[in-house]
Amino acid sequence: MSLKEKLVSSFLAFELDTDTNSKVHEIRSKSIKDFEKIGFPHSKDEYWKYTPIRKVLNEELTIFKKKRHLLEFDKVKDFFLGGIESYKIVFIDGMYDPLWSSTTHEGADICILSSVLENKKYGNVISKYYNKLINEKESFSLLNSSFTKEGAFIHVPKNVELEKPVEIVHINSGGESSLMLQPRSLVILEKNSKAQIIESHYSLNVNEKIHSDKHSTYVDPLTNTVTEIHVNENAKLDYYKIQNDLETTSIIDSTYIDQKSNSEASCHTFSFGGNLVRNNLNFFQNGKNINSILKGITIIGSDQHIDHHTLVHHANPNCESHQDYKGIYNDKSTGVFNGRVLVEKVAQKINAFQQNNNLIIGDNATVNSKPQLEIFADDVKCSHGCTIGQIDENALFYLKTRGINDNDAKGILTYAFANNVLENVGMQVLKTKIKKIIARKIGINIGLEL
Amino acid sequence: MAYTEEELKKELENQEYQYGFTTDIESETFPVGLNEDIVRSISEKKNEPEWMTEWRLEAYAAWKNMEEPNWHNVNYKKPDFQSISYYSAPKTKNNLKSLDEVDPELIKTFNKLGISTEEQKKLSGVAVDIVMDSVSVATTFRETLAEKGIIFCSISEAIKDYPELVKKYIGKVIPRKDNYYAALNSAVFSDGSFCYIPKGVRCPMELSTYFRINQAGTGQFERTLVIADEGSYVSYLEGCTAPSRDENQLHAAVVELIAMDNAEIKYSTVQNWYPGNKQGKGGVFNFVTKRGLCNRNAKISWTQVETGSAVTWKYPSCILRGDNSVGEFYSIAVTNNYQQADTGTKMIHIGKNTKSTIISKGISAGKSQNSYRGLVQVGKRASNARNFSQCDSLLMGNKCGAHTFPYIEVKNKSAQIEHEATTSKIGEDQLFYCNQRGIDTEKAIALIVNGFSKEVLNKLPMEFAVEAQKLLEISLEGSVG
Repeated sequence: MSLKEKLVSSFLAFELDTDTNSKVHEIRSKSIKDFEKIGFPHSKDEYWKYTPIRKVLNEELTIFKKKRHLLEFDKVKDFFLGGIESYKIVFIDGMYDPLWSSTTHEGADICILSSVLENKKYGNVISKYYNKLINEKESFSLLNSSFTKEGAFIHVPKNVELEKPVEIVHINSGGESSLMLQPRSLVILEKNSKAQIIESHYSLNVNEKIHSDKHSTYVDPLTNTVTEIHVNENAKLDYYKIQNDLETTSIIDSTYIDQKSNSEASCHTFSFGGNLVRNNLNFFQNGKNINSILKGITIIGSDQHIDHHTLVHHANPNCESHQDYKGIYNDKSTGVFNGRVLVEKVAQKINAFQQNNNLIIGDNATVNSKPQLEIFADDVKCSHGCTIGQIDENALFYLKTRGINDNDAKGILTYAFANNVLENVGMQVLKTKIKKIIARKIGINIGLEL
Repeated sequence: MAYTEEELKKELENQEYQYGFTTDIESETFPVGLNEDIVRSISEKKNEPEWMTEWRLEAYAAWKNMEEPNWHNVNYKKPDFQSISYYSAPKTKNNLKSLDEVDPELIKTFNKLGISTEEQKKLSGVAVDIVMDSVSVATTFRETLAEKGIIFCSISEAIKDYPELVKKYIGKVIPRKDNYYAALNSAVFSDGSFCYIPKGVRCPMELSTYFRINQAGTGQFERTLVIADEGSYVSYLEGCTAPSRDENQLHAAVVELIAMDNAEIKYSTVQNWYPGNKQGKGGVFNFVTKRGLCNRNAKISWTQVETGSAVTWKYPSCILRGDNSVGEFYSIAVTNNYQQADTGTKMIHIGKNTKSTIISKGISAGKSQNSYRGLVQVGKRASNARNFSQCDSLLMGNKCGAHTFPYIEVKNKSAQIEHEATTSKIGEDQLFYCNQRGIDTEKAIALIVNGFSKEVLNKLPMEFAVEAQKLLEISLEGSVG
């Protein structure tokens, strides 16, 4: 039985312990039908041209987990920001873990989706915002909508500014083989509100032994996550994604952000880990004077594969978008960037900027880049730039004449290459954490007090 | 009177096709439709050897099993391949010795186009191989070229006179199964040009061919093969105009260039086929496959000025197989009314130290759509590959669109690739800057539009640059005021 057939038939079993009499379930039923029609993408699909997604679609994958795993603090503490107070929503193998979480309903709702999805009190919010932005021709988003059950729910009311950042942490305990996770999150920022959210995915390294065992039947988990974000008038959102997982797990991350007038939303994606990572980041501008910021740093090696697909849909006048993606590729790794900027006829006075710079370090590394502009309005300023190259020989020489050895000089320049993406990161703790990861990834001791 | 962008836009919209007329010449036309017998008859009609007939039939067999691609960013009604006549030849006497023998009607046509063969013969020193519909009717300067050992003739003559050369190179750069339209062309090509430059020879003049689609409902399937042997140089010009017609005409040409070690080929095109009327009715479908192969230290340079056709869909490409080879692509594409263009290039870096440059300028007006689609591919062994790409679009009016689809695929760490693209209109701040320096709006617009296209216009050969400016429906220089 193929994975697709298996998932479709799993839906019947999934229904058994689900309330089938709700609006949300109607969406699930429709989604699974649509998914059945479309199936998984093929390498001939333009949208998946450079990412061999089928290699991670193991037939053994299942959406059902066998048992519940509890984790000790020692094992999970590094997964949190630390040094700063925050709200936390923690999931272990896709299940909410109240032990390490700290949620709230005071002032704002920072909790889990399962508690609101079928709760009458939240009926209006759910029917207004849930499943409104999903691309219904995208198989992984459909699949996620079919099995939506758990995930983060953040609702910041009018004029509220969250004083603490929110951490959404997904942990694979490593105790579950072949698990296909379908986390679904919904984030709503009402008028004039403000929030900072950090989403991260981690796996525990308990299966190292299993990996070295050839006869092992262990199948690495696959996460297929979907996040819907609504940023209403005058609201401001900073969203950070940290993908620093083991090199064995794979993730397909689809994020849909809808912005209303005068809002500002930024999304930083830090991709350092994972076997195969696919990010679909979509911004829809439904209002005037909107600013969208998309930034990303990718540093990978071995045979990792990271794919960034971005879409900025300018549907209204006087808006801006800024994209800046930097990639550093070592060993046999593969990087893909497909940035699409769509400017509609009515969207005059748009300022759209897109930049993709890549540094190839590995002899067998590959970069496929496709910065794409589709413009139907005339009074716009749209530009994109894309470079693929190496460290500047002159800069390297300059540093060496100052007595810095070759390795360190290269490290400093590589670090500097990636560093300017961090400029807009307001949260100092996070900035430091990312800088540390970058320095470690590049293998230099930057010698600064971080 | 100040000349504003608004007026420039109007002028663009109101431009009528100047070269819309039909020449009255008796033509011999095949019945419509395509099948094996038609392919056989075309081959027979042209007295082709057996191997060529077989070659065509194989291409036809492949084409039958292929599907028309639809990944492009253009919309058009798919041509009905069974309602096209695949052969049409003006009835002229064979083996013309001088221009006097050419049908006076033809001469008139060329005069209207401002490319009088005689004049060109005398003044500009350009040898013109005129293709009227499908068969070559006049080839000039053959003797001058022959002295140098240069072969410049129609491809059907070449098949008869130089079968070894044709057999060796035809379909080598663009295999018959390469794509749908290349396969179709391989099966039914009526005529085209053949050019061979021997070792170490620098072709003393610009070689040029004028294409005209004349017979109503006739598909034009040209086949061009240019071979530059070791250390040689040739500059080849191709220019086109077509009469006004209401039905869509299909043009599916194939151009193959082969540059041997140290050779250089410069291929320039000015395309001004009938773009359809203001309502988007009629117009030529221009689906062309153009590709060049560079051997060691060779250089191929494509320059194109695309102003005509209802739908333009072409990607002149360079395969940089030899070490140190160089590929260049310079393009201006102007679309107006309901025209659509999806054009660009492919630079395939295979050899070491290969270089490529892409400069593409798109100008869209009216309700037209203009897309740049390009591929820069660096293979694993292509060390020190270098590419620079620049795609700029200028939008005039808010009903048109400009799109960019650059594909960049790099598998070698020593590659250096730069790509940049911009889309804008003539900026108010640019105009303001000029104004405050004492340049009036009229001059300023001329200056800006001219500056926008200059990089590409500069690359055209002298003889062509004048024509290009004339053919660009928007006069880029000196038209204002």
